[in-house]
Amino acid sequence: MISGHLLSAEDLTKESALGLLATAKELAAITDGPNKKLPTLRGKSIVNLFFEDSTRTRISFESAAKRLSADVINFSAKGSSVSKGESLKDTAQTLQAIGADAVVIRHSASGAAKRLADTHWIQAAVINAGDGTHEHPTQALLDAFTIKQHLRSSENDLTGVRILIVGDILHSRVARSNVILLTKLGATVTLVAPPTLLPVGVSNWPVEISYDFDKEIANCDVVMMLRIQLERMNDSFFPSAQEYSKRYGLNSSRLRKLSKSAIVMHPGPMNRGLEISAESADDLKSVIIDQVKNGVAIRMAVLYELLGGAPIGAQR
Amino acid sequence: MGVLLSGSDIDRAIKRISHEIIEHNQGISNLVLMGIPTRGAYLAERICNFITEIEGSVGCGVLDITLHRDDLRLRPPKPILPTKLPQGGIEGKDLVLVDDVLFSGRTIRAALDAIGELGRPKSVQLAVLVDRGHRELPIRADFVGKNIPTSISESVKVNLKELDGEDLVELLK
Amino acid sequence: MIKISRAKLTDGRVVDIDIENKVITKLQTSTGKPTADAIDAGSKLLLPGLVDLHTHLREPGREDSETILTGSKAAVAGGFTAVSAMANTNPVADNAGVVEQIYRLGKEAGLIDVQPIGAVTQGLNGEKLSEMGAMADSIAKVRIFSDDGECVSDPLIMRRALEYVKIFNGIIAQHAQEPRLTVNAQMNEGIVSARIGLPGWPAVAEEAIIARDILLAEHVQSRLHICHLTTAGGVELIRWAKARGIQVTAEVTPHHLLLTDDLVENYDPIFKVNPPLRTQKDVMALREGLAEGVIDIVATDHAPHPAEDKDCEFHAGACGMLGLETALSIVVKTMVQSNLMSWADLVNRMSITPAKIAGYKSQGQDIAIGMPANLILIDQEKSWKVDKNLMKSKSKNTPFHGTELPAVVTDVFHEGEQVMKNGEILDKGTSQNE
Ligand SMILES: [Zn+2]
Repeated sequence: MISGHLLSAEDLTKESALGLLATAKELAAITDGPNKKLPTLRGKSIVNLFFEDSTRTRISFESAAKRLSADVINFSAKGSSVSKGESLKDTAQTLQAIGADAVVIRHSASGAAKRLADTHWIQAAVINAGDGTHEHPTQALLDAFTIKQHLRSSENDLTGVRILIVGDILHSRVARSNVILLTKLGATVTLVAPPTLLPVGVSNWPVEISYDFDKEIANCDVVMMLRIQLERMNDSFFPSAQEYSKRYGLNSSRLRKLSKSAIVMHPGPMNRGLEISAESADDLKSVIIDQVKNGVAIRMAVLYELLGGAPIGAQR
Repeated sequence: MGVLLSGSDIDRAIKRISHEIIEHNQGISNLVLMGIPTRGAYLAERICNFITEIEGSVGCGVLDITLHRDDLRLRPPKPILPTKLPQGGIEGKDLVLVDDVLFSGRTIRAALDAIGELGRPKSVQLAVLVDRGHRELPIRADFVGKNIPTSISESVKVNLKELDGEDLVELLK
Repeated sequence: MIKISRAKLTDGRVVDIDIENKVITKLQTSTGKPTADAIDAGSKLLLPGLVDLHTHLREPGREDSETILTGSKAAVAGGFTAVSAMANTNPVADNAGVVEQIYRLGKEAGLIDVQPIGAVTQGLNGEKLSEMGAMADSIAKVRIFSDDGECVSDPLIMRRALEYVKIFNGIIAQHAQEPRLTVNAQMNEGIVSARIGLPGWPAVAEEAIIARDILLAEHVQSRLHICHLTTAGGVELIRWAKARGIQVTAEVTPHHLLLTDDLVENYDPIFKVNPPLRTQKDVMALREGLAEGVIDIVATDHAPHPAEDKDCEFHAGACGMLGLETALSIVVKTMVQSNLMSWADLVNRMSITPAKIAGYKSQGQDIAIGMPANLILIDQEKSWKVDKNLMKSKSKNTPFHGTELPAVVTDVFHEGEQVMKNGEILDKGTSQNE
């Protein structure tokens, strides 16, 4: 079980991560049934504090909270006092005053979730729903869940699963969280990217590095494509969308090189035709829809473990 | 501290409950069992095995009620345990819930809610090894191993071989 | 007249001195007994007042974070008798009017010498030279010019500036930061930044500018000063330049001698500073460089900020740390206690050489008869615990809050007058700007 906050995949031990996956599996089974709503978090207030637009992540957390009967307050920073210069601290203190039990925060600044958890601005449990170019731990959990579901459903962990994470590693919070979690669960991870999109210091990560997608593609069980933002082109991270797509996109010829049992993943939203071809996204190997579905179960599990009991300190 | 039920008492109680279940339901054709973790699940399995021996195969499952408890915010969070549907599901079945001790009745209320998530059985019955009284809800057991009047400050501890190494029910003051 | 008895000098002598009319009038070996009417130094160290070539005193423009008066008090508390105030005020100190205002405010505060630094370019925009000659000719007699906070990144502007200040024997103090390599940079680029996902400020962005500017200084035969050196590579470049006879000097801040980039891990902006905290390897290279004299001086880069600019997410945090009040203790801890430097070396790096670089005639002089009486007494046996709430600075953004540090400044004499006595600043009544 986890407790307190979920800020980083580093907060998870192998055991607590597997525990969350198991809980999510039970929750998925229940919510697949006739009645989608559980009474578990009745009376708890969960605030979705989104300083960055991300309808997908917000909806996922919102439906997870609602299926556990929590009250959900959506606090979108766009067009609110936040964009008028109100600080994160003031916003946090407001949420404290209205009695939030948990804050799900998405912010463009790396470390914003940790600041919220570490300072005395607010008492609530903090869940990092993506902080800058740092981490997105629930995405890693749902990715681990999806990989396990497809490739290791009866095994204990992900030992032996070979995973390629392809694309903009430098700016990707999804990649950081996944590297930490998936390697913790026994998978081997290879990052495939042009050197411009790999962080200086990546040599310290427990991964292999490759610049050559074609060389790696035949020898993997999972290929996880990352979204490439077009503005990176203007910053000369790569010369053109065409050249990027040619070297690092998942197109039909690369799709054919994948082993029979391999799966294709993408955290969304996709740039069809850039990092992933429409054909690849819709191929039978693609588990992208499962990722979205599993996201709700994982977020339910996280909310349950963080809020489904007496608050920390109030226990006997 | 006193011994309420010995190993052989427990054994006899399980056999008697099994016979009563068969009799009450006029056979096993529409019968399934679900135990409430952790000890209720083992008791359900034992009852199931005995019924299978004397009458023929019967479905047995596990029902986790954690998410339906009404005392969540009074205790530290508990991990969710797997719920296993009995073979053939529960839809339209006569479902016997099995637990070790019946006390306030709140666990059973939560179990009834949890069953609601899974489907709609024809009937739900309750079998418990020990009924210690002090009900807080209008709930009663259909099959009882032993009624044991207790004071509210006492507690009843059920030990089962599968978990605790021996079969024994004790009263702790 | 002020008398001080039993003061220990860095060469080991214990002396009695008299101060009159701003100068030391008598100096003799102590009898070992305190003299009547004298301040008894006991075994405290007597040093020339420290000189800081890099402070941000925030006035005019940000009087909510510091004023010349509160900055002067912080300086006194830290043992400084002269500070140079950087030009990135509002309005920018890029003309004679503003530098004279700063100079006058320093005189009014009356605790130490406050010497304004002039901007190299108008409005620090890096495009057009400011009227450096007018600032040099003003009553402030500005000799150091810097766009600190910004790098003079255009090589042609830098070349012209280096050439132009030769007229009045000025010096350009460069904040070495290649702007294109540090867009949106938040911390040192390396293992820690890769892990915690903050945009990196690579060492090469500092080293590239240093390399370019030492070559420019050589080419035009002018004087270059490198502000707040932070990288091992930068130390190498300065060493190379000095061996080549290039007129370059360099400074290091106390915080870069002690703190490393892993402190940023919790995203607390108290550790946000520009240039950023580097790695342990860099820290060791800086210490060696300072001990060796490749790095000439210590300068604080004292940068006060109001609480709200640090009580926020890391990206939103302001860059900079308080420095004046902890500088001496940090240098003692990192350099003297580690036996890399003697107290005499410390006096050289924190008083004599900075005064020489800046041309401050009455500062950084020997303790001898006839010399100006800018002096401090230090209890080297005592330690103190940093408390941000007890800072003389108007701001509280010290990264050392709660840290136990060696060496306590007890008494400060400026131009022959005592301005601090037993840790108490002797206020001369000008408190309207506080
Ligand atoms: Zn600077």
